[in-house]
Amino acid sequence: MTETVPQIRGLGHSVKRKEDPRFLRGKGNYIDDLKLPGMLYMDIVRSPYPHARIVGIDASEALKVPGVAAVVTGKDLEAAGLAWMPTLMSDTQMVLPTDHVVYQSQEVAVVVATSRYAAADGVTAVNVEYEPLPPVIDPIKALEPDAPLVRPDKEKQSNHIWHWEVGDRAATEEALNSADVVVEQDIYIPRIHVASIETCGCVASFDRISGKLTIWMTTQAPHAIRTVFSLVSKIPEHKIRVISPDIGGGFGGKVPVYPGYVCAVVAALTTGKPVKWIEDRSENLQADSFARDYHIHAELGADRSGKMRGLRIKTIADHGAADAAANPSKFPAGLFSIVTGSYDMPQAYVEVDGVYTNKPPGGVAYRCSFRVTEAVHTIERMVDTLALKLDMDPADLRMKNFIQPEQFPYKSVLGWEYDSGNYPAALQKALDRIGYQELRREQSEKRARGELMGIGISTFTEIVGAGPSHTFDILGIKMFDSAEIRVHPTGSAIVRIGVQTQGQGHETTFAQIVAEELGLPVENIEVEHGDTDTAPYGLGTYASRSTPTAGAATAIAARKIRDKAAHLAAHLLECSVDDLEWKDYRFQVKGAPERSKSMPELAFAAYTNHPLGMEAGLEAVTYYDPPNLTFPFGAYICVVDIDRGTGEVHVRRFVAIDDCGTVINPMIVEGQVHGGLTMGLAPALYEQIWYDDDGNMHGGTLMDYLVPTAVETPNWETDRTVTPSPHHPIGAKGVGESATVGAPPAIVNAVVDALSHLGVTHVDIPMTPPRIWRILQEKGVALASS
Amino acid sequence: MNPPVPADRVSVTVTVNGESHTAEVEPRLLLVHFLREDLNLTGTHIGCDTSNCGACTVLVDGTALKSCTLLAVQADGSSIETVEGLEQNGQLHPLQEGFLQEHGLQCGFCTPGMLLSAKALLAANASPSEEEIRRGISGNLCRCTGYVNIVKAIQYGAARLSPAEAVGVSQ
Amino acid sequence: MIPAAFKYAAPTTVQQAVELLSNNQDAKVLAGGHSLVPLMKLRLATPPVLVDINRIPDLNYIREDSQLAKLRIGALARHNDFEQSALIRDRYPLLWDTARGIGDPLVRNRGTMAGAVAHGDPAADWSAALLALDGEVVATGPSGTRVVPLTELYVAILTTSLQPNELITEVRVPLPAPRSGGAYEKLERKVGDYAVVGVAAQVVLADGGSIAHAGIGLCNAASTSVKARQAEAFLVGKAAAPDNVNEAARLAMEASDPIEDDRGPVDYKRAMVRELTRRALARALERARGGAA
Repeated sequence: MTETVPQIRGLGHSVKRKEDPRFLRGKGNYIDDLKLPGMLYMDIVRSPYPHARIVGIDASEALKVPGVAAVVTGKDLEAAGLAWMPTLMSDTQMVLPTDHVVYQSQEVAVVVATSRYAAADGVTAVNVEYEPLPPVIDPIKALEPDAPLVRPDKEKQSNHIWHWEVGDRAATEEALNSADVVVEQDIYIPRIHVASIETCGCVASFDRISGKLTIWMTTQAPHAIRTVFSLVSKIPEHKIRVISPDIGGGFGGKVPVYPGYVCAVVAALTTGKPVKWIEDRSENLQADSFARDYHIHAELGADRSGKMRGLRIKTIADHGAADAAANPSKFPAGLFSIVTGSYDMPQAYVEVDGVYTNKPPGGVAYRCSFRVTEAVHTIERMVDTLALKLDMDPADLRMKNFIQPEQFPYKSVLGWEYDSGNYPAALQKALDRIGYQELRREQSEKRARGELMGIGISTFTEIVGAGPSHTFDILGIKMFDSAEIRVHPTGSAIVRIGVQTQGQGHETTFAQIVAEELGLPVENIEVEHGDTDTAPYGLGTYASRSTPTAGAATAIAARKIRDKAAHLAAHLLECSVDDLEWKDYRFQVKGAPERSKSMPELAFAAYTNHPLGMEAGLEAVTYYDPPNLTFPFGAYICVVDIDRGTGEVHVRRFVAIDDCGTVINPMIVEGQVHGGLTMGLAPALYEQIWYDDDGNMHGGTLMDYLVPTAVETPNWETDRTVTPSPHHPIGAKGVGESATVGAPPAIVNAVVDALSHLGVTHVDIPMTPPRIWRILQEKGVALASS
Repeated sequence: MNPPVPADRVSVTVTVNGESHTAEVEPRLLLVHFLREDLNLTGTHIGCDTSNCGACTVLVDGTALKSCTLLAVQADGSSIETVEGLEQNGQLHPLQEGFLQEHGLQCGFCTPGMLLSAKALLAANASPSEEEIRRGISGNLCRCTGYVNIVKAIQYGAARLSPAEAVGVSQ
Repeated sequence: MIPAAFKYAAPTTVQQAVELLSNNQDAKVLAGGHSLVPLMKLRLATPPVLVDINRIPDLNYIREDSQLAKLRIGALARHNDFEQSALIRDRYPLLWDTARGIGDPLVRNRGTMAGAVAHGDPAADWSAALLALDGEVVATGPSGTRVVPLTELYVAILTTSLQPNELITEVRVPLPAPRSGGAYEKLERKVGDYAVVGVAAQVVLADGGSIAHAGIGLCNAASTSVKARQAEAFLVGKAAAPDNVNEAARLAMEASDPIEDDRGPVDYKRAMVRELTRRALARALERARGGAA
């Protein structure tokens, strides 16, 4: 009997997404969609001052507002030992203040009411008296001896949080001193905010009878949150259930524990009713975890021929009022030491100092892989600065210094072992695709006519998949990840994983991994995650770690199942396991392929006909400790035209060649790149959060925080190379954040390239029209002056 | 005739996705909250508080509007279409099909608003150029997709929508 | 996100609306609502009564009146109505340009020209365009109607010369002269933002090709919308040549008084008034000559 080949559609197939049917119909289950009987609503009173003593909080008018059930302040929390909470970086952060506030929009009190509208009225009616104090805004001034203290509660009595360094300081000094040429540059990467279209929120519900606390929460890491909540609240962990339902975008902004979550839980525990908290967009922008805010000083030394000799970086990291970043604990500056980039760098030395200021705490959240964006921005800018100094083509300079394919695995001088890469091939593909030589010719012609056109390259190496237990932990929890697979008798399967999608398509891609490994059709595989009661323990999804860690766990768990299935097949085929090979998604007898069994047949046998001595069932669980990180990479080329009249930068073309190793679903990978590129364009040209001297925040609503629309966003051109990771079970590396990391320097390099003939060597982001106009004005090429 | 007396509760009757609903509401109740909370149609989402993001887009008498910037009382007597009304008789609207086929969504949060803005766009212009599509959805922010596939999804829908279907005339 | 409580009335005639405004102190008109409702959601505006005029019939017209020699625009004409109107596209290109750049498509479906003009925000694109076109509004109050030229409408930021119980019921613009053309140039940080600055230009050419009349309005270039009178006067009788356009642009810049804010510093905005005036005049002249621009 001829059997039709089942449509497995595992790795490499652009399977349409299994999660789409509900989203397309408006049937997603986002936090704000949840309604429980008797549910109360929580809203937050926030400080208008960046630094102030709280003289008094008068809730009496608020309590008179119809529908207001309670007002909770820091004093109430203090009585329960909950006024402060730990951050993921082992710092502490106020949940609600007892005596002073340390950032504008800080949570000061919460109002709980029977309706959203009553809660808002309650917030307006709470009267807080403040005594403003001088704010600390400039992180460099914050380190001066007479600077006001942001955190008088800290033992150190200083605004300096930590110092971190890596590399050989003396050897790097020597390398730079003996280099033919050294280029030096200050680079400021401003504060930005993820602004996922769904804001943060939760519904907390405590069942008095069972003693179980259930928290539906916009969290990218439900298990870690459960453990932290248990440690802080003393409620035993088996009595806490954290559920991440559908999440409307995370990008790292839904990793930290925000005061709002804790207050909602406290309100649920004290009122005995479910409490919902959903922040407004302004609250989200003004108080939730930001990203970047790195003040960088970089030096790159090289031979006259262009061969790099050494890199030295000193960075001041502005963390706001608490170090509430989500880095692995030994890495307060994240994976910033990837800053030697795609280049064979003989020496490097990096030091970073974290500083407190009167701004919201944070921050690594903006699709950035633990400070890799900052690192890549630095090295790619320095490479172009070096090219300019040496009068070398920036593509040639890169080719000259790339780590070559035969050098992998490559140990960088700052301690990372890059798994695999082929940088020359990626760059060449990008150059060919964009027509580089033709563009340089066009640029020459345009320059002669006074037109400003630029070409910018970024060849980045990412570092993701945190991470091996010997080096990585968050608050002591190792950064493994997990998968549990159970195959049912009739040949379909359920997979539960420890990571948490916020749009990356895990319900589809993880099903594809299992489909490939087990030979089961992808539509017969159900993927679940996000419920800590049922999903195996994982560290969640951020920093592009899901495919490298949980993807590996999934493949390995599937292989365990396949190993058992082999024994079932041997039993059914009455042969030895050694006589079998796994081919075309079946176990076949070597040399007699017509004698074979498919996985559905074996699944059935696992429950109806398993051999004596073997347990029934067909399932496995794996906790995967990655042996290394993975290193996706790419080559991006951007073409810009600058309007000499207005200073506007127009991105004419952008070619992105990405390499994420084995591609599970090309359609989804391409979508991740499109989204990432757009989140690279945004900080390069539009988005910024900044504080004036009085500590007032600018960019705190979507009126001024300029998220690009479809009109600002170019038509991204994408392609790929495939260089599998040798240590990953399916060779996949992860891709979610690559484009956000690689894109900004390509755009900056293009703008500088457009202006370099005028003597411009650097522009900081965002490259807004006024900023560019001022440069044009100074260089005498602005069409209109004032 | 004397003007109506300013009231602090107002009766509203709206038809939503073909079904009529009547309620007495506070004038300040935003249409988006009325749809989500009173009518339990949670497909329309809230993404901001300054009328900038378009996640709350619905069709009011065929016109695409931000339901967070309309009061429920202003919709009295109107016919509203939300994302829940796009599917007809178990069949996805060609635009919904387009978003599925072209990977025009990732987290799904902006998608309902995008679908309705796109529907209104195609009703006014059955074969928009790429530039017209981008301009047509410029009131709807997306953080996940980078818009490229949304444009393709709308082109897919446009190619499969007859002019009568586009303006909502049932066949 | 949630407005403070208020009382609501939806009159069905202009007279009823005026009476409600007269009888309720601090009542506000709700037309398009895309300036007012956002302010109310932030609780920066807390009117005790909203008078919703959207139920008043026959207020959404855009038509020419040859007797009055005016284009007459009803109070409920929405921004998008102008973009969709062949009359506007063909005979009032300045208004067509302006409409297409306001807010985003969703805002344009609801916001009204009259509402924008009444709000008194110097960031209103319409106000600049109407100043360039020598527009006027018809204000209806308890004692009847009065005509207010745009040049007499703006007192200070967000403050007009309208009485609290007056409603703009119509906006009017002169019929276009032969050989006239207009254009609106708007610089924005992104789609949906208010103008960094905007410049509206309307020109009329004499038979010999020189400029017979010029109107220039500036958006978001001062605390109220600006009519750049010196620049206008300079152009009359001049040849439509780049040197004259450049000088007019410089004069328009000198008429501006922008403030530094998140959209840009003062010198940048001044320079942009100059640059956009140059571009707007160039396109207006091209259109006046019968070109497409």
